[in-house]
Amino acid sequence: MLRCGYALFWLLGSVLLICVVSPVKGEAVVTHEGSHLKLSKSSHSNESQHGHSSNATGIPIISFKWHHVETSYLVAFWMIKEKKKYILPLANREVIEANHHVTSVIPESALLICFGFILGGMIWAADKVQTFTLTPTVFFLYLLPQVILDAGYHMPNKLFFTNLGGILVHAVIGTCWNAASLGLSLWGCQMGGAMGDLDIGLLQYLLFGSLMAAVDPVAVIAVFEQVHVNDVLFIMVFGESLLNDGVTVVLFNVFDAFVSLGGPKIDAAEIIKGIVSFFVVAFGGSLVGLGFGLLISLLTRCTKNIQIIEPGFIFVLGYLSYLTAEMLSLSAILSIVFCGMCCQKYVRANMDENSVQTVRYAMKAFANGSETIIFVFLGISAIDKVIWVWNTGFILLTLLFVLVYRFIGVFFLTWILNRFRLVPLEFVDQVIMSYGGLRGAVAYGLAVMLDENKIKEKNLMVCTTLIVVYFTVILQGITMKPLVMWLKVKRAAVTEVSLLEKLTNKMFNHTLVAIEDISGQIGHNYMRSKWKYFEENWMSWILMKPSARKKQDQLLDVFHQLNLKDAMEYVTEGERRGSLEFVRNENSIIDFKKKSESESFDINNANISNDHGVMSNTSRDPIPSVSLEMHEQTMKAVREAEAINAHHLLDQHLYKSRKQHRHRFSRSHFDINRDEKEVQEIFQRTMRNRLESFTSAKMGVKPPKTIVKHTQKEQQQKMPNGKSMDKAKTSYSGDEGSEGDSASGYDQSYMRATYRAGAGIENPAFMPDLDPMDLLQIPPWLAESELDSSMVALSHRAQVGLPRTPSNLRRLAPLRISTRSTDSFTLENIPDTQQMDSDQLPPPPPPRPPRDDGYV
Amino acid sequence: MGASQTRLEHNYDDLTEKSGFSHEQIKNLYQRFQQLSGNNEKISRDDLERIPALNNNPIRKQIITAFFDKRNQHQNDVGSLDEIGFEQFLMVMSHFRPVNSKATEEEKATVRKQKLRFLFNMHDTDNDGIITLDEYRTVVEELLSQSGAIETEVARAIADAAMLEVASTNVPHMAPDDFYEGITFEHFEQILKGIEMESRMHIRFLDKNAATMRCGKLSS
Repeated sequence: MLRCGYALFWLLGSVLLICVVSPVKGEAVVTHEGSHLKLSKSSHSNESQHGHSSNATGIPIISFKWHHVETSYLVAFWMIKEKKKYILPLANREVIEANHHVTSVIPESALLICFGFILGGMIWAADKVQTFTLTPTVFFLYLLPQVILDAGYHMPNKLFFTNLGGILVHAVIGTCWNAASLGLSLWGCQMGGAMGDLDIGLLQYLLFGSLMAAVDPVAVIAVFEQVHVNDVLFIMVFGESLLNDGVTVVLFNVFDAFVSLGGPKIDAAEIIKGIVSFFVVAFGGSLVGLGFGLLISLLTRCTKNIQIIEPGFIFVLGYLSYLTAEMLSLSAILSIVFCGMCCQKYVRANMDENSVQTVRYAMKAFANGSETIIFVFLGISAIDKVIWVWNTGFILLTLLFVLVYRFIGVFFLTWILNRFRLVPLEFVDQVIMSYGGLRGAVAYGLAVMLDENKIKEKNLMVCTTLIVVYFTVILQGITMKPLVMWLKVKRAAVTEVSLLEKLTNKMFNHTLVAIEDISGQIGHNYMRSKWKYFEENWMSWILMKPSARKKQDQLLDVFHQLNLKDAMEYVTEGERRGSLEFVRNENSIIDFKKKSESESFDINNANISNDHGVMSNTSRDPIPSVSLEMHEQTMKAVREAEAINAHHLLDQHLYKSRKQHRHRFSRSHFDINRDEKEVQEIFQRTMRNRLESFTSAKMGVKPPKTIVKHTQKEQQQKMPNGKSMDKAKTSYSGDEGSEGDSASGYDQSYMRATYRAGAGIENPAFMPDLDPMDLLQIPPWLAESELDSSMVALSHRAQVGLPRTPSNLRRLAPLRISTRSTDSFTLENIPDTQQMDSDQLPPPPPPRPPRDDGYV
Repeated sequence: MGASQTRLEHNYDDLTEKSGFSHEQIKNLYQRFQQLSGNNEKISRDDLERIPALNNNPIRKQIITAFFDKRNQHQNDVGSLDEIGFEQFLMVMSHFRPVNSKATEEEKATVRKQKLRFLFNMHDTDNDGIITLDEYRTVVEELLSQSGAIETEVARAIADAAMLEVASTNVPHMAPDDFYEGITFEHFEQILKGIEMESRMHIRFLDKNAATMRCGKLSS
């Protein structure tokens, strides 16, 4: 174990080392490639100067090593300046968030750009020169990666791969089409004399076209997030914009190389090389990303002892994948996208729950910050006299062509795709897709990267790019929502998936696969099932730690176990009373909605609120209080760490698993499950549970009798309970916490105690088949009637139900069997009693049926 | 084979009308049918069970049963067959035909209902119009049997929980003496209205001949 830890530390150290080294490498490469990277250049020169100066003097006591730190200093300083500006946008954001009607009309991105205008104006007024601009280095190396990583990491994978074909077609062919058509048309217009005298050749037009082709994911997400369109449409636009960024950069580089080569030297061989390099760069980048994704997964597989720094791996390695791809002059954007997509599943399974949360938060924070900075800077950049070179023809024609060709491209490609798609994209969707072609910071970043020596009209291009960006982000962004409304685009359905629905869904998928098998077609479903098989058997085996592999099911199990325990009790109870009605009745009295906010908080402070809850409860209701104290005993007895562990397990996964299917990508909001209904539901269930277990514990002589009494008692107590619950909201939230904790405590301990290889966990609190009656082979209905006769008051239904037709009896049988979960009460009490002080013991728990031991 | 081939040619229009498949698709499916049946007129349970790709499917029993279920033949007939001919095979397959994009809302609703009915019938084995807890449990157990970690107890309990959910959503106010018998088709439909059955429950039936692909798979 210890050695393992050391090895990990060594590994981490080396990773960090690489991380330190490779930014320098990366920068060096970039510097090498283009001469426009001021920052890295200056850092290199500074370092070399520093090396000379420090050698000259003797041994200084204190030396002023400015050069040594200059770069980092400047960077930090710059960051602070940035922060100032960043705070303002944030404040702005606050304001915006505060009055929602603003954001409901204008998307945030547009507002941020406008805000950038104002800031830029202020700076301009003060300095008379624009000191802040978004340099490509900063943008591509420091701002963009986290945005893209976030996008990749939170990508709804299944949705993405289902539509991969369409996305790729749009991203690759669509982008090439946009670039080529725009370049050629502009060139044609210039030949026709539409824009006066410009010193731009065909190649330069194509270069310009390629940089204009980038549909920006940042802008797209910012707009589409607020307009909840349906999943397919969203993933088409989003996936396309993400991939086409990579494609654009590649295309840009190819054309850039052509431009530097010069027109005459280009022959067929060069063009072929260009095309080959296009594919190499794109696929190479993706492969690098996949490699790093797998590496991350592998790393997180063995970081059990250093959970604190787990999240660091994701960021460092993610960034490394970006830099490595950049270093190899492969597509860095594609690399980081695929890195994020590849590792997400395994990372989430492998890492500690805390780390997963940390990663999510940190990623959102980084991405959000970058996004804000990018947009504000886009605004600020506008206020600069140098770049404004007006050429009406060029600018307007570019705008027009960008729009028109986007529409033509999307419609044409979708028309082709629709011939192969089973569910064709509708006309309305296509309009939105075309209209969603927002240009953003990537285009601007590329435009600034243009080399002034090679392209005389650089400023005009930058200026045009900016105008296109403003036009698309602001105008199209604002009109997007009304358009979506007006065209009645199918919106994302907000569904609450029931258990049955989920099961049916699963069944349904299997059916489809089977039908494909039978009919001998190889379709998506077939491929998917094969992939899943492969993934489960190989990938998971290698990339997930063994515990996580089991945990995947375990979590599901915990959820189901609890659910089912409750369900069984519902059924039992319902049976006894003759229907499931009692559940309804009781629920309808209580309204916990208001409390649901504080709920999750209370759960976290389970111990504290537990005490509180107990006290307030004691004063209110004498009978449960006894058992509550017992419960508290258990709480103390359960080792704290275990409780916390179990607690997290439940807290994080219990109800979330229901919703995990929900695909949503959102930069600024990610839902922690706070669904009021669910919170309420779990609360009610646990409450009832507890009441029952307490009563039974208190009565605790023999299980069957306990139950009978309990039933009677509960009938009597129902009303007072309901009332008191309403009054004592805080106390009950406390109770909930304690309940959750103690229940989870059981689970955890039992999980350990009862786990058998391959058998999953058994929740001993619920053992449907562990009934003595079962042992005696008494038919359920007989058993039921026996119970009836031996006890005081039982369901009329059971008695009424006796003379039913055989078929009905058969149907009822399973429900009856479930009555036997009386057992659960006895079992549940065992931990209580075992761990309690003897003087406080209630009547000793009934001995477990011998079969139990064999089973548990 | 030759005779049946000509007979089939004869019936093309008839079959197209009944099942909605195109001629090419029918031809393809017929080839597949013959492959499965070993050039016989009829196909039996064993034939389907021999398909290697189905081995991993947890609910293959249900699916195969569905093929021999008279309820899925679009006739108001009940019971199960021992063997099915090509026409019946085709009728079952037609449940998985994609919806025509030009279909009207009503047609879509009908198709949706048919597809749901197919699913429902897979659950409701004794054809009394109700999915009882027993029946549902069987299906869920089968469904989850493959995942290894989930055992029968749990599967059964999951089924119970789901059933309970249905009961509580569909019959919110039960009289004390009522008993929830099981899921009726209406309830089933109601609960699954969130799933876009008509746009999801379909597979791609090839128009072109893809015999090589199939042969490769069969022999594997």
